[in-house]
Amino acid sequence: MSVGALEQTLRHQRSAGRKLLVPYVTGGLGDDWLDTVRALADAGADAIEVGIPFSDPVMDGPVIQAASEAALAKGATPHSITDALRRADVGVPVVVMTYYNIAFHAGLDRFAHTLQSSQVAAAILPDLPLEEAGPWTAAADRHDVETVLLAAPTAPDERLPLICERARGFVYAVGLLGVTGERTELARSSLVIAERCKAVTDKPVLVGVGVSDAAQAVEVCSVADGVVIGSAVVRRMLDGEGPAGVAAFVASVRAALDAG
Amino acid sequence: MSLPAPSPGGRFGDFGGQFVPETLVPACQELDRAFRVAWADPEFRGELDGLLADYAGRPSPLTECHRLSEELGVRILAKREDLNHTGSHKINNVLGQALLARRMGKSRLVAETGAGQHGVATATAAALLGMECVVYMGEVDIERQALNVFRMQLLGAEVRSAQSGSRTLKDAINEAMRDWVASVETTHYCLGSVMGPHPYPWMVRELHTVIGIEARAQCDEVLGGPPDVVTACVGGGSNAIGIFSGFVDTDAELVGVEPAGGAAVGRGVPGVVHGSASYLLQDEWGQVTEAHSVSAGLDYPGVGPEHAHLADLGRARYENVEDAEVIEAFTLMSRTEGIIPALEPAHALAWVARDRALLAGRTVLFNLSGRGDKDVAQMMEVLG
Ligand SMILES: Cc1ncc(COP(=O)(O)O)c(C=O)c1O
Repeated sequence: MSVGALEQTLRHQRSAGRKLLVPYVTGGLGDDWLDTVRALADAGADAIEVGIPFSDPVMDGPVIQAASEAALAKGATPHSITDALRRADVGVPVVVMTYYNIAFHAGLDRFAHTLQSSQVAAAILPDLPLEEAGPWTAAADRHDVETVLLAAPTAPDERLPLICERARGFVYAVGLLGVTGERTELARSSLVIAERCKAVTDKPVLVGVGVSDAAQAVEVCSVADGVVIGSAVVRRMLDGEGPAGVAAFVASVRAALDAG
Repeated sequence: MSLPAPSPGGRFGDFGGQFVPETLVPACQELDRAFRVAWADPEFRGELDGLLADYAGRPSPLTECHRLSEELGVRILAKREDLNHTGSHKINNVLGQALLARRMGKSRLVAETGAGQHGVATATAAALLGMECVVYMGEVDIERQALNVFRMQLLGAEVRSAQSGSRTLKDAINEAMRDWVASVETTHYCLGSVMGPHPYPWMVRELHTVIGIEARAQCDEVLGGPPDVVTACVGGGSNAIGIFSGFVDTDAELVGVEPAGGAAVGRGVPGVVHGSASYLLQDEWGQVTEAHSVSAGLDYPGVGPEHAHLADLGRARYENVEDAEVIEAFTLMSRTEGIIPALEPAHALAWVARDRALLAGRTVLFNLSGRGDKDVAQMMEVLG
């Protein structure tokens, strides 16, 4: 299978010696969420993860739950978000993150087509594990949408290569046992899972869940190729820091990663 | 013959499966393996049967409801799950899962609860086996089921409030799953109905087949064979599948009764939430919608996958009843039989009462899944 646009971008940046930074933004959160997406691209994100909010986000902690509820209450729909992305011209690859029922309800082929025609490079469905992913990945592959798969600390050794083999775009290494949310310290499990993944794949390995600030990002990137930062970004959105304020945070992480 | 096992991946026809975060996949697979081994192990079965008999009080009786039958013109037999220890059928499942958890080396149980019956049962089993127990309960349910909250606390469990979304059973399940994602190495998720990811729908069903097995033998004795109709309320559907399992191979009609405000089979479309594919109440975008029912135990927008499959096969059918009809059935049973039913099984009775003309002269086996003590305070407000 040919390498998709997201994976190409990430491999290219990695080979230039850069650590990869993918911030997460809840789609439909506030009137200026799309401005935030663009500002984060300008601040040095290598790709942006955009959440399509779901009513029952079981992999998410309080911050992203609150953001999802707020976005839904304001009338965000899968359509309003993909439609905005279609016209957005973000400048870096966009990865949609949502829960499986959103795709299932739309129809897998139709949903994959919508993502493709909305300039979305890839999708993350955190409640769709490898064993259940077949019908979706078939539809996504047909529409050149890369499916990022999660690799968790609980995976036995024989399972990790299967996940890394099927993942496209990058391998999302789950940093700890738990749901999304900021932590005061980097969990040791982040380094362990990154190392285990790196040992079995040459696809980009990004650690997400529990990576909360620049120092933690630098620490985990001693092993990983990059990081996904979600709750630390979304909390700033919820606090009303606005596109410029959130971008300043992401720029600071960028600078720290570049400084090593 | 009883109900067949699902496919190895946990499919009942088009429904079921194992749609969980990657973190939980190994735990679900391990649970599947452990349950298969335990369920085939006479020692495990013996220990469970011993607890069901000496601790939970099984077998539960079958009661011929003379005055109720006379009032409705339908012969009604009640399977008395309300007489089990802790007051509902939930204890059958929980004792099995708690023994299994201990066998798997887990020291902590987490559970969700709606009406509080499953939470009370889990807290009870945890106390019995000396395990730590945390129960998640929606904020709305904590208010309307205050008695059960206190019971759980007395039993040594910690009750945590689920404050997101509809703040009912659906959200308590979300919280319990989030807890499990973080604690899976030490913790068993003691799920309370025939829903969730494989192996739960199958495992929980197997643990409730005792209801159907007993009821079948009791009907043979009292009626000389199966009844014309077997009915039970359906939230996730555990008490219903338990009693249905004893009669699938007979000519008995199987009727599940959902609340009108939470009729997943009646009004839902296929969807995936909480680990399995099934009928689900959702909006045009696939957002899960909130259920509304007077009964906290049935206030759930989904249904167990095997019920979706039985509905598709036409082997069972699913009716739904309004809150007002349920409250009427609740008082009717109390008045005519001296048995205050829980609001959940009152749904099944409400359907019998509504369709009594169609059912005239027939024999109905009704699963009285729990007693109504927990609902008395709420009914005082509604009726008072
Ligand atoms: C007495 C009783 N019956 C039924 C139910 C609903 O569960 P299920 O549909 O799994 O039997 C509950 C749930 O709380 C209950 O307490």
